[in-house]
Amino acid sequence: MKYDNNRVELLRQMLLSRHFDEKVNDLYAEGKVHGTAHFYVGQESVAVGAIAALKEGDVITSTHRGHGHAIAFGLDVDRMAAELLGQATGYCHGKGGSMHIADVKAGMLGANGIVGGSMGIVCGAAWAFKRRGQDHAALCFFGEGAANEGIFHETLNLAAIWKLPVIFVCENNQYGMSMSVEKATAVENISERAAAYGMPGVTVAGTKLDEVYEATLEALERARAGEGPTLLEAITYRYLGHSKSDANLYRTREEISMWRKRDPIQQFATVLEGEGALEEGEWRKLDAQVKERIEEAFEKAGKEPDPEPESALEDVYA
Amino acid sequence: MPSREITYREAVREAMVGAMREDPDVFLMGEDVGVYGGAFGVSRGMLEEFGEERVVDTPISEAGYVGLCIGAALVGMRPIAELQFSDFITHCMDQLVNQAAKIRYMFGGEGRVPMVVRTPGGAGTGAAAQHSQSLEAWFVHVPGLKVVMPSTPYDAKGLLLSAIDDPNTVIFYEHKLLYNKKGEVPEEPYRIPIGEARVSRGGEDVTVVTAGLMHHYVLEAAEALSSTGVEAEVMDLRTLSPMDDAAIRRSVEKTGRLIVVEEDVKTAGWGAEVVSRVVESESFYALDRAPARVAAADVPIPYNRDLEAYVRPTPEKVVEAVRSLLDVHKGVYA
Repeated sequence: MKYDNNRVELLRQMLLSRHFDEKVNDLYAEGKVHGTAHFYVGQESVAVGAIAALKEGDVITSTHRGHGHAIAFGLDVDRMAAELLGQATGYCHGKGGSMHIADVKAGMLGANGIVGGSMGIVCGAAWAFKRRGQDHAALCFFGEGAANEGIFHETLNLAAIWKLPVIFVCENNQYGMSMSVEKATAVENISERAAAYGMPGVTVAGTKLDEVYEATLEALERARAGEGPTLLEAITYRYLGHSKSDANLYRTREEISMWRKRDPIQQFATVLEGEGALEEGEWRKLDAQVKERIEEAFEKAGKEPDPEPESALEDVYA
Repeated sequence: MPSREITYREAVREAMVGAMREDPDVFLMGEDVGVYGGAFGVSRGMLEEFGEERVVDTPISEAGYVGLCIGAALVGMRPIAELQFSDFITHCMDQLVNQAAKIRYMFGGEGRVPMVVRTPGGAGTGAAAQHSQSLEAWFVHVPGLKVVMPSTPYDAKGLLLSAIDDPNTVIFYEHKLLYNKKGEVPEEPYRIPIGEARVSRGGEDVTVVTAGLMHHYVLEAAEALSSTGVEAEVMDLRTLSPMDDAAIRRSVEKTGRLIVVEEDVKTAGWGAEVVSRVVESESFYALDRAPARVAAADVPIPYNRDLEAYVRPTPEKVVEAVRSLLDVHKGVYA
């Protein structure tokens, strides 16, 4: 398993993700980064819970809201920060920015700026594993908004007929930009759609890391046993706007604060305290350390070199 | 190298079979490519040799399986995706334009998508507007993709082997009316570099740049013109992107006159790109009159045989365009 069941480390991973995105949000507010970004704040337990179930050699694909996936997969926050600031030392050497962070060699096959854009890619990685007789699996994060794209239908069907080792993790954060899931779909749970493809569909409380972890583990066992894909829906919520331009006109303060009360980090910290893995309140210290770590990452990134202008013309072709 | 006469279809198949024998990571995926042998019979017999693990029939899900091929390529496999008709490429625009073409660049060079998308384009078969288009110019417009359009069995085999080897995504345009065309093809594998045009007929009076099926129309026209004393130099581009500017310019500087013959509609076709590259270069001064284009009319392809012929380029229209260029539209220096 990715974090060898080190539960404090799982908490730390969630905190890294939260502080990373909160920092980026602040930098946008201060006008210190350009472009746009989509924040994962509130959804951290999905990425960390699902990725914690993976083994060496497994791969993931991510979304436009991908910082949390990248961090949980083990990408270096220094190089991520550098990419956000457009520096030469960033993961994409300043060419990708927030929506395209990837580490293909490590198995992080990319964030993706297109909704549903990585659903084909994830099947291809799984196809390669199957063809090569490898015991690996491929995990695809996507939002409930992507579940209404045509590619969702095509790829779930392909994965099912070929029994590809894919875990489709639908992060149902309630909104596709401003469109609520109630308005956008006529079924109660996205996971119900799994039946249409002949694969298991499961819905879990995405705010509970352990539920996500257990469900992913089960799906991975099936995948590795050659029994094919699973559609795993994690009910979650994004606290911040869709992107930096969002004025939150489509939802209420009350709704946001209701979800904040179910905060996944708070919940998991309480679980760890209950287990005796952490002293009561000890996680606040961890929180402060992680916050500091993120501050350092961005401070360091700010001193990294800009890419050479001519590099804009490179890497179009291999 | 021993060679023999085979069809364009057989040449394409031979390249795929050769590549699949050489490299276990190469596979073919598409609609009806297995037991059916492909809508145009290109993969006939391949299932028997390679099995359904490597000659993979897909559901009718072009975006899904092209997307899958992109992912497989990203982790090191060498997929060949067949799209039954090039019109269906519209289903895959996100996959090709936003994913395959961009991945390498977006990731700062840390990733590659060595995929080939083979697809028959073009009109002349009475298949009407949704099965007859020539949309290759769209992909010429997308940095990150290469676009190849061979006109002969020899080039088809050599370019397909290069496309499969290429570390980038290559859109490989075949043509329904070329599949039965025969030509000399060596038995052994060989590669033709992507991005190199070929002068298939020498001449002094006019340069005619073309590609794909139109290359044959142009050769036919050139023969007819020759009997009346006009010698056209015919250039088969073979690759549309990257475009072989140097070869085009060399020929134009020799003849001083340029005509482009393309099967796609004229407006914003790749022929416009050929003309632009010449006129914005020093070769402009070698021209003694304005260049011309022969292309399909700016309409969808109609069904009726006569209507279809009316809107498409033909050898006769090429002859007429050359005559018009030489006799009527004399430039100021003529």
